[in-house]
Amino acid sequence: MSTRIPLPYTAKVLELFRNPKNAGPMEDADVVETAGSPACGDMIRLYLKVSRRSGEDVVERATFESYGCAANIAAASILTEMVTGKSLREAWAISWKDIADELGGLPPIKYHCSILAVGALKRAIRSYYAKLGREPDWLPKDLTIEERQTLEEERMLERLYSGYSIRITIPRGGGGEGTRP
Amino acid sequence: MGPGVSVRELLELHGRPPREVYFDLENSGYVPPEVVNEMLPYFNSVGYGHPSITHKPGWEAYEAIYRTKELLRQVLGAGGIEEFAFTHSGTEANNLAVLGLALARRGTRGKIVVSAIEHLSVIHPAEAAESLLGFKVVRVPVDSEGFVLPEVLQEFVDRSTVLVSIQFVNHEIGTVQNIEELSKVVKEVNPEVVFHTDAADAFGRLRIDLGRLRNVDMLTLSSHKIHGPRGVGVLYVREGIRLEPILRGQLSAERLWPGVENVPLIVGFRKAVELAFSDFEGNVSRMRSLRDRLVDGILSRVPDVLVNGPRDPARRAPDNANLSFLYVEGEALTVELSMRGVYVSSGSACTSRILEPSHVLLAIGRKHEEAHGSILFKTSRYHTEEDIDYAVETVTGAAERLRKLSPLRRDR
Repeated sequence: MSTRIPLPYTAKVLELFRNPKNAGPMEDADVVETAGSPACGDMIRLYLKVSRRSGEDVVERATFESYGCAANIAAASILTEMVTGKSLREAWAISWKDIADELGGLPPIKYHCSILAVGALKRAIRSYYAKLGREPDWLPKDLTIEERQTLEEERMLERLYSGYSIRITIPRGGGGEGTRP
Repeated sequence: MGPGVSVRELLELHGRPPREVYFDLENSGYVPPEVVNEMLPYFNSVGYGHPSITHKPGWEAYEAIYRTKELLRQVLGAGGIEEFAFTHSGTEANNLAVLGLALARRGTRGKIVVSAIEHLSVIHPAEAAESLLGFKVVRVPVDSEGFVLPEVLQEFVDRSTVLVSIQFVNHEIGTVQNIEELSKVVKEVNPEVVFHTDAADAFGRLRIDLGRLRNVDMLTLSSHKIHGPRGVGVLYVREGIRLEPILRGQLSAERLWPGVENVPLIVGFRKAVELAFSDFEGNVSRMRSLRDRLVDGILSRVPDVLVNGPRDPARRAPDNANLSFLYVEGEALTVELSMRGVYVSSGSACTSRILEPSHVLLAIGRKHEEAHGSILFKTSRYHTEEDIDYAVETVTGAAERLRKLSPLRRDR
């Protein structure tokens, strides 16, 4: 197969992969956002239920769906736990590093999973306020590192396919008989 | 906390599943007790000497190496035992074939022709021959089942071609190439071309007769692919083909590979060859029927599964099953299956260093998302029907669980 790398997952990653918290779609979500794409092999969809409490927008419930590796599922799962009960302003401050730390560490090649999880979260928070038509002053105009990386990963596919543009596709059949016992 | 500590915790949490079935014979394999027992005396009671030194333990080592070569000569129909060189892995044997020839022909700046789906241990040395020695590498495309078509191959070979390397059986999708025909059409264009075939996945599964395959000049074998120990590779080099060693150091019994020979492992490999060939047809028909039971079982229970590689069983290796489970990612599936005691590998990008899926699956035209969900199974005579049925049930449950988590089904 491709050039491989050892993936020493932590027990926490394995545990959350096995028994993810808050998995599945949410019927009454206020906002649903997706980061990543099937072609990247890495996709997180985040559902948030938000309520207004003493002047703050608070995440009442969070659920996720994930198409991705074990680290992707674990990162999405821990993200839903980390944001529940937090105001959107507090949730905005969660970084990809916080997710990785909360998982007891991720192999460096899997950092992009926690980046994608935070990318989905930030996208959801922006989308929530865009729908309301009011942007809080703490919400930066410029994209954060996680948002930029998420876009980068989503665009990665175009680059990958461009590398294969010289590939010639041959129609099926026409080969000789196989050498066989 | 180093990665070692975290993996120990991971393993504690993982625990030992009640039943374990190992299908990842592509990457490393189960070594049966008969093979282990054959090796043990060679560590400390016989043949533990250096095969080129004139003492009894040395002569015993020498004898063990040559007895193994004699067996290879017989089962492959080769001309002489001097045509076999041991390396310490199949990867090393492929490196020796490609770079050893490139070194012997350096200065010619000729062409090296490989198929697009060769093992990386052929593709990467070919690329090194290009960047370091000025050769030109040409990749021959394959059809949607992985076949190299003779008329297409012929288009890529010319007077400047020095080496053509086409796998006998593809390691991921089990495509059985018609090596007799492919090697013949290459020599029709240019009789000076050296034809190499990586037969690591063909050995023990298909009859290989070097007497009949007279246009094949070099052939690679790997011990662990036939339940031998890891750490033994073989390169067959037809008499008259000149290679240069690519590693430099003290040569001994092996003229092409310096360093002390892995004699105990070579003895284990010999036992594995004996076992594979003692009931060759029986072994092959067993792996084939287990493979068919596995694939039929999965396809009948799990929807939305693609078969990667040849549909025609006669043109597919008898042990190979490569399936893409749509809407789930292969690495997650390997972890999930591991927890349930079924051990497989995936061509997903998520298991790779460069986050790019298997070059083999992309070359047969699979989309990225199809390659990401691919799982490779290899069956062997050591599996039982109960193992297969357990695997079918386990795979069904694992795919169901991960598909429930996936947003993709709803998006269709």
